[in-house]
Amino acid sequence: MWWRKLEEKIVYFMMLISVASLVALLLAVLLSIFIKGVPYISWEMISQTPRGGYYFGREGGVLNAIVGSLYLSTGAVLLSLAFSLPLSLAMNIHLRTRRKTVNRIRFVLDILWGIPSIVYGAFGFTLMIYLGIQASLLAGIITVGIFIMPIMVRGMDEVMKNVPVHLIESAFSVGSTRMEVAFRVMLRQTIPGIVTAILLAFGRGIGDVASVLFTTGYTDNLPTSITQQTATLPLAVFFQLGSPIPEVQNRAYASAIILTVIILIISISVRMISKKYHKII
Amino acid sequence: MALCNYYRKRKLMDNLVGWWIRLMVFLVVALPLFITASLLSKSWLILGHISLPELLFSSVWRPLAGEFGFWPFIISSLWVTFIGLSLTAPVCLLSAIFLTYYGSRRLLGFMQPIIDILAGIPSVIYGVWGILVIVPAVGKYLAPMLGYESPGFSIMAGGIVLSVMLIPFVLNILIEIFRTVQHDLLDASLSLGASKWQTIKHVVLRKSFAGMISAFGLGLSRAFGETIAVLMVVGNVVGVPENLFQPGYPLPALIANNYGEMLSIPMFDSALMFAALLLMVVVVVFNMISRRTIIYLESRQ
Repeated sequence: MWWRKLEEKIVYFMMLISVASLVALLLAVLLSIFIKGVPYISWEMISQTPRGGYYFGREGGVLNAIVGSLYLSTGAVLLSLAFSLPLSLAMNIHLRTRRKTVNRIRFVLDILWGIPSIVYGAFGFTLMIYLGIQASLLAGIITVGIFIMPIMVRGMDEVMKNVPVHLIESAFSVGSTRMEVAFRVMLRQTIPGIVTAILLAFGRGIGDVASVLFTTGYTDNLPTSITQQTATLPLAVFFQLGSPIPEVQNRAYASAIILTVIILIISISVRMISKKYHKII
Repeated sequence: MALCNYYRKRKLMDNLVGWWIRLMVFLVVALPLFITASLLSKSWLILGHISLPELLFSSVWRPLAGEFGFWPFIISSLWVTFIGLSLTAPVCLLSAIFLTYYGSRRLLGFMQPIIDILAGIPSVIYGVWGILVIVPAVGKYLAPMLGYESPGFSIMAGGIVLSVMLIPFVLNILIEIFRTVQHDLLDASLSLGASKWQTIKHVVLRKSFAGMISAFGLGLSRAFGETIAVLMVVGNVVGVPENLFQPGYPLPALIANNYGEMLSIPMFDSALMFAALLLMVVVVVFNMISRRTIIYLESRQ
């Protein structure tokens, strides 16, 4: 009998360690970035574009990358919304009675969700050549928009699935058209969940390198139109870290902090939104 | 009359939105085909020149001489994925069991944000962390301890960074799967006098075995395609690595690194698109098998 109890104790102990290690890992990742980068973060980093000689360690900042990333992700989210919103509404209202079709669509979305971003990058690049556009903000928006679409649909579908059936059915029974049910009942019920899904997709879009590596190019200027090239924050981290000059490398750590803070803000707002509206849905 | 117009307008709007929705559904469902077709058409050139087995298993990589053997990249990818997955698996399994069966609701409420944040951190940040912490740790401590020499930037470093990135992903799926085990089974086992761990070992793990394998399958496909974090720490040296402490060059890193120069040589361009196609096929196949298994398991109860 005693070895069973011992086994239970040992396993319990190992489980405790692995759960604790999750917390430790998160702290380790965040702390190592912050400790390394905080001394080099300054107002100049956030508020200026690179000046001449920036990549040799002279003055300037990564404003071009911050603005570029925000433009890119916002554009991508808007583009993706045009696909994901009708799709998730369709799965939960129009095709509500055709379970098999809906399950097939969900399966396709799961497959799309699993395709690595570098493949989307390569696809975006070939698409760019077919459409005859140069590496630009527009090409980046299209690529990232496609890449975050399945993430967004999954988030929206998840909340729409949980809307009570009787609510939808009573709306139908008083004579609403499908469109009215979709926009006046479903959408209104699930707005917090939709915002969460959008934020999650935004976070995924802003942090990804592999999909924009081929499509956005890189420039030190602020983009003024969508046909221009643009810098992005993760790419700025990556390029600066590849430099042999220590000052530039240090700025990569500072840029990494900026990116991490953006992601943390998104994470926390998602948490707050879903906590606040949890009871309503 | 006015009422009639009102109805007609509603009907028209409904139809318009209906068509918009149909178009979008069609586009999204056709997207995987678009992607496959465009990558395939791009890699047609190289597939016509070099036979598939030679592409996959030759280890001669001389793009300028027109020789493309993907074996060094495939083997690097396999090793990095294998290390990543085998380091992740025990941690995820133990944590998932603990969070589902031992921990209180409060603990899960505390851990969920942590898992979410881990999942949300961009891969480039994991790459920076890898360069700061993992690479020196592998080069200075881990490799000498095991009697190897290592520059630090190595397959091992790539695998370790990858394993951390996989944790939130696999853990979430595992928790989901353990939740689908019926409570009657647990109660029956417990009422027969089995201890909690015995119940988990003989009932839960056996019942959700296929689900666990699928979770790792999904993790595997995620690992196989991870690009930038691995690229930053893996060393990127072409060649079949002698041991795990030598630099490697996984497939995604190959695509990402050679983008600039590929356009001038059509064959090279085609080879990289073939690499992307290969990557996608592997990932999609693993994904499909794992998803199907999970769907089957969920429908059975």
